[in-house]
Amino acid sequence: MRISPDQFVVFELSFEGVGTIPVNATIVFTWVVMALLVVGARLVTMRISSQLVPSGAQNFLEVLIEGLNNQIREVSQQPAAPYLAFIGTLFLFIATSNLLAIVPGFTPPTGSLSTTTALALCVLIAVPIYGISRRGVFAYARNYLRPTPLMLPFNIISEISRTIALAIRLYGNVMSGTVVVAILISIAPFFFPILLQLLGLLTGMIQAYIFAVLATVYIASATAPRAGENAAVGAAQSTSPGSAEE
Amino acid sequence: MTDIGLIGAVSIVIAGLTIAVGSIGPALGEARAASQALQAIAQQPDEANTITRTLFVSLAMIESTAIYCFVVTMILIFANPFWDAVLKRAGG
Repeated sequence: MRISPDQFVVFELSFEGVGTIPVNATIVFTWVVMALLVVGARLVTMRISSQLVPSGAQNFLEVLIEGLNNQIREVSQQPAAPYLAFIGTLFLFIATSNLLAIVPGFTPPTGSLSTTTALALCVLIAVPIYGISRRGVFAYARNYLRPTPLMLPFNIISEISRTIALAIRLYGNVMSGTVVVAILISIAPFFFPILLQLLGLLTGMIQAYIFAVLATVYIASATAPRAGENAAVGAAQSTSPGSAEE
Repeated sequence: MTDIGLIGAVSIVIAGLTIAVGSIGPALGEARAASQALQAIAQQPDEANTITRTLFVSLAMIESTAIYCFVVTMILIFANPFWDAVLKRAGG
């Protein structure tokens, strides 16, 4: 049994004089999801209109963006605009690849540890980028010395461990869905695998939502001034122009 | 018992123990979180949205410990590094 689509090599790219690169199922299905999202969005936005009653597909995208906007605003307690592109992309990619799991022959790329690690690394890098751009280098770095400088190693460990947890959580949930269905097909075919696939669809959507919400929470905790910070480090804030207007 | 038999037996027993013991804690934790959230929704139906969202996120966090155990179990059964090492030594 394959517990990871990484082990299934679809074809090999060969370059003259350099060698060959094996292209596995994870990469191919990631391309499929990417193509689906990009082409679908392009097709809908080509015929975009500002009429009072938009077309069905445009309506769907508007509802999606509106919902994402609201969720990000509610979770982060900040304006959603700067985060919408990053969080929305994460959510749409994970949700699409999890939902496509019911298509026969499609193995969700999120069921591979490589994909989820890549996504979690994106979050790991996005957190300091957003934090520094919103608050400046010093105010962001000061976060790591909170509540006392003694906590510096623990803050760094928590940053790393939550990234690992993010990756393993998504991978474990999606992979467990596929593996359990595969085991049940050999034990009790036809009926029970369908029920578990339904459960897998639900889990897939919830995991996509949770990944997006957790990314929002991590980014928001790096960008928002903490409670009591204004009083405690008022002097430090007035020196850095980025965080002065907060 | 040969090396392969020993490693196989130990892997299967430990895989079962891992998922059995590892799912007790998350099950208790999730049950407690869900019951508290239901109680909170019953008391404050207006806040149902916030409570549900927080509940989902915390359920996912609690559940991840069970998922770690599941991943370890899968590694023990399907991708056991010791098993592969012994097989390679026996074959080569």
